[in-house]
Amino acid sequence: MAASEKSALYRQSARRRALAVVALLVLAALPPLLQALGQDFYVSFAARILIFALAATSLNFIVGFGGMVAFGHAAFFGAGAYAVAILAERGVVSAFVAWPAAAALAGLLSLAVGAVSLRTRGVYFIMITLAFAQMIYYLFVSLQAWGGDDGLPLMARSSFGPLDLGDDAAFYWVALACLAGALFLLDRVAHARFGRVLQAIRENESRMEALGYPVAAYKLACFVIGGTLAGLAGALIANHGLLASPNLLHWTQSGTLLVMVIVGGVGALYGGFAGALTLLLLEEILAGFTVHWHMALGLLLLVVVFRAPRGVAAWLHGLFSRRGAK
Amino acid sequence: MSGGLLDVAGVGRHFGGVHALSDVSLRVTEGEVHALIGPNGAGKTTLIHQISGAQTPDAGTIRFAGEDVTRLSMHTRVTRGIARSWQVTNVFARFSALDNVALAVQGRRRDWGGSFRFWVPADAERAIVDEAAAWLAEVGLAGREAAIAGSLAHGEQRQLELALALATKPRLLLLDEPMAGMGPEESERVVGLIEHLGRKVTLLLVEHDMDAVFRLADRVSVLVGGRLIFTGLPDEVRAHPEVKKAYLGEELV
Ligand SMILES: Nc1ncnc2c1ncn2[C@@H]1O[C@H](COP(=O)(O)OP(=O)(O)OP(=O)(O)O)[C@@H](O)[C@H]1O
Ligand SMILES: [Mg+2]
Repeated sequence: MAASEKSALYRQSARRRALAVVALLVLAALPPLLQALGQDFYVSFAARILIFALAATSLNFIVGFGGMVAFGHAAFFGAGAYAVAILAERGVVSAFVAWPAAAALAGLLSLAVGAVSLRTRGVYFIMITLAFAQMIYYLFVSLQAWGGDDGLPLMARSSFGPLDLGDDAAFYWVALACLAGALFLLDRVAHARFGRVLQAIRENESRMEALGYPVAAYKLACFVIGGTLAGLAGALIANHGLLASPNLLHWTQSGTLLVMVIVGGVGALYGGFAGALTLLLLEEILAGFTVHWHMALGLLLLVVVFRAPRGVAAWLHGLFSRRGAK
Repeated sequence: MSGGLLDVAGVGRHFGGVHALSDVSLRVTEGEVHALIGPNGAGKTTLIHQISGAQTPDAGTIRFAGEDVTRLSMHTRVTRGIARSWQVTNVFARFSALDNVALAVQGRRRDWGGSFRFWVPADAERAIVDEAAAWLAEVGLAGREAAIAGSLAHGEQRQLELALALATKPRLLLLDEPMAGMGPEESERVVGLIEHLGRKVTLLLVEHDMDAVFRLADRVSVLVGGRLIFTGLPDEVRAHPEVKKAYLGEELV
């Protein structure tokens, strides 16, 4: 009863903040730990998880927080990746220039896509965001100057001041800083006036109109924040694999990110993180056992969804608070 | 008398073949409590929708404070000073009563980019929280701040709905059957509240309860079958033969 007696508006808790700091410290200690265990390969794998966590988190802000089921997030993710690769080809290799440019490009794209798509809702919104993303996909694939089907390779990771991102541990830390920064930012936004408005729109859109809120403008702003952060994730993933691949733009990528959000927890701050972690870990483990890992992954995801219908993040949270209550 | 605060002129609205409103003209002057009565399906709620901006009329114009607002969106009309309540309670059911009203107060704020404020926690904005609490007290919900809107008693939810509308600080408040579904005691409390509000803000009140209408209204308009058949003082309405026939029926004869 006590739970249902609390306002559904998202509020800060000192406990959660403390947990976040502990988690951040543990994650930061991961590379030296893995290296000590002779598992250097997994540092790079862990960085990949963090990058997908950022991409899924940015989508979750749109889907879970803004209440807009978008099926074209790959467009912004991929655009960020291509921006970095194209800039690198022209000699712009500084992360401090290329990454913000990647985020800005993805932000502008999401502004254009959102401005049109948000005139529709429900299934139509899903379809139109998908259609836009596929258009962007075909645009990049058809341009031979940008590598066509093969994608656009990077000669090296972006330069990052004194830090050598060619070193997997350094790259991991930078990816971790980006993810942590994004989570901190979104958490602030969620508590501020703007975040209140988004939650209330998700709850009762017509009532918000009747309180004088231009609902469409708030949804668009939410969409652009998510798209911009996806562009940053794209910049990171291009650096990670030294390639801006058309696969990043493909609709199946949008689908994967959505699955991460659903598995991790729609609307939970750490939902995207939990989903990316679950999906990529399962994929990695299963691929080691069987070539039919896709099938096995599908079955396991079904189990996860049934065991944790509100997502892995909520399930973990429940587990911890039950422990805490005892 | 110059133009009213609200001037509805020749408004029509149909749904497929149903003519919910036909050539409706209505003037609400500043400061009055104007009741809108009529049998079920007369088009009262539809008229409220056209004035509030929830729907756009097929014909006619709506002017508010001299400005043609016929094509303005609902949220723009709210900023012009038109607020409404719903016949069926419409609040943020999973938020606390205080959070509900705080949203309404925040919606009015224009400081710091209004609600495009991304950094400062809203809970830390005392001015908003305090004002929201004051509105709750105004409608008789003091002490219920932390209660979840959806779990409030029906009458309390209606009061909360009033607080939401009031917190936008309207010049014109459209109330669609604010006493709908209330017991006699709750009704009595809300009638008292509306009487009190009527002294501060112009009201267009849709109501079925004739005792309440005759107690609250300065003027009464009668809508029957989508047509406005009469506007006048409460006593005139009571006496008007066509109104008796069309609406009041045997009840008052
Ligand atoms: N969205 C709609 N689609 C189709 N018909 C509608 C719609 N809204 C209203 N109507 C019709 O318009 C007419 C007027 O309805 P309205 O709800 O305005 O009446 P009302 O006077 O508010 O009635 P009540 O006293 O029962 O609330 C009715 O015949 C109704 O069925
Ligand atoms: Mg009605």
